[in-house]
Amino acid sequence: MITFDNVSKTFRRHRVLDGISLTVERGERVALVGSNGAGKTTLIRCLLGEYLHQGRIEVCGLDPRADRTVVLARVGFVPQIPPPLKMPVGELIDFAAAVCGSAPERMIAVVRELGLDWDQVWRLPFVKLSGGMKQKILIGVALGRDSDILIMDEPAANLDPAARHILFHQLHERKDRAVMLITSHRLDEVAALVNRVIEMDQGKVALDDRVADDLEMTARLSCIVRLSRAEPAFARAMAEWHFTGDGGVWRGEVNGPDRLRFLGVLARYAGLIAGVEMS
Amino acid sequence: MNALLLTARLDIAESLRARWFAFYSVVFGGIVVALLVFGLTESRILGFTGLSRLLVTYIQLCVAILPVFILMTTVRSVAGDRDAGVFEYMLSLPVPLAAWFWGKMIGRFLVVFLPVFGAMALAAVYATARGIAVDWGLFLLYGALLVSLSWAFLGIGMLISTLARSPDVAQTGAFLTWLVLLLFLDLILLGLMIRQQLPLELIVGIAVANPLQSFRTAAVLLFDPQMVVLGPAAYVILDAVGRNGYLIFAIAYPLVLGTACAAIGYRIFRRGDLP
Repeated sequence: MITFDNVSKTFRRHRVLDGISLTVERGERVALVGSNGAGKTTLIRCLLGEYLHQGRIEVCGLDPRADRTVVLARVGFVPQIPPPLKMPVGELIDFAAAVCGSAPERMIAVVRELGLDWDQVWRLPFVKLSGGMKQKILIGVALGRDSDILIMDEPAANLDPAARHILFHQLHERKDRAVMLITSHRLDEVAALVNRVIEMDQGKVALDDRVADDLEMTARLSCIVRLSRAEPAFARAMAEWHFTGDGGVWRGEVNGPDRLRFLGVLARYAGLIAGVEMS
Repeated sequence: MNALLLTARLDIAESLRARWFAFYSVVFGGIVVALLVFGLTESRILGFTGLSRLLVTYIQLCVAILPVFILMTTVRSVAGDRDAGVFEYMLSLPVPLAAWFWGKMIGRFLVVFLPVFGAMALAAVYATARGIAVDWGLFLLYGALLVSLSWAFLGIGMLISTLARSPDVAQTGAFLTWLVLLLFLDLILLGLMIRQQLPLELIVGIAVANPLQSFRTAAVLLFDPQMVVLGPAAYVILDAVGRNGYLIFAIAYPLVLGTACAAIGYRIFRRGDLP
């Protein structure tokens, strides 16, 4: 579905992408990971037809630059840094829906599903919203149309657990008919969302691996954490995950794709933990 | 609605919310109000009285401030948006590049032209209501000249925005462009060049190529047939093409120049990295 054939990109004399060759098929959910400057954003901008490059990129046999309107009509994109748009949210949705040939109501429905009060935000300038609100709007634009190529840069980074669960649910619904490219600095943020991991380093593919995961993206895990003694810092960390407890025992639910991230939080308090159950 | 109109509408809405637009409208509206308050319609200069007198003064002020306003706001907006990541996101939507570029240009043109023309129209309405004679021929001619001037500097602004890779460079480039054009007006550097006995063809060529000069000459031409306040280059050009020929040139040339600059800008935009 997507082919990168010996793609290179140089800014002045600095080579940011160095001969990338990849093929991504329908149904693949790819984690594009790597440190800052590894070339993830540049690769995505080339795929969006925004950067000129050496080599060839094809999306279903089309060139994203020459056939940009046809290719981009299929692409739902969520950038890592939301653009500082001064326009009201309603205007952004109307514009995006009109150029994408979708109905604004579809985008608004996704935004509402993610837990945003549309009646409260539609008049507000996009730039004035909080990070999480902006992300929900951009996800609404990306998913509220017939997009089968989803390119998302840290899409769940600013979302609360409930919104993350809904996003994972939305992605799960599309997992067999879409291609997903999810970028992140950290593999644990996205590992459970994907079935393939591509790690980039200094403009090259350093690792390309398939992932086996028996857990559904929409699964929620019931979790109990037991501590050897109460600790206020741990209580604050658990409150962020909406866990309840008496100091010694904490209970709550974790989204399946979030479990690595959750275990990462627990790891910080490894010395206190007497037991963990996840089912 | 097609993508070009959608982009134009988006740009208009964005500009109407911007502080620069409020300031811009207040400046031009304020000029007209000030001219009316100071009783310019009752004064007389070189045979011009009433509203014509006001229009002549207004157009002289426009040539001084309109180009720099258009250049600076255009490059700040376009180059600033690209620098801030707005282009990265908006151009990930399926908008044709031509619709994006020309839609921005058309939207911006309406935004910069309408307040300037609106202020002039306001003066005409006021004059009609007060029973002051309105020279509609002059009114239309000045309207056409303002269209040309706005379009020319908008095209130049779009070209500078696509050439510069940062808002700072774009603003510096815009300011220097305006300064050079201002310096090469008939009564400033050109006069000096004539005194230095540089080739007449070169001086006339510079005068013809400068859209500020063509606007100023055409605007002054009507109330200064003896060309008392015109410079020597304008005198030579007028002698060659005549009054009507010059008026047609002064309206057509900036339109062609603005379109050509914008077309070059679009070509660079389309063939380069977008964000």
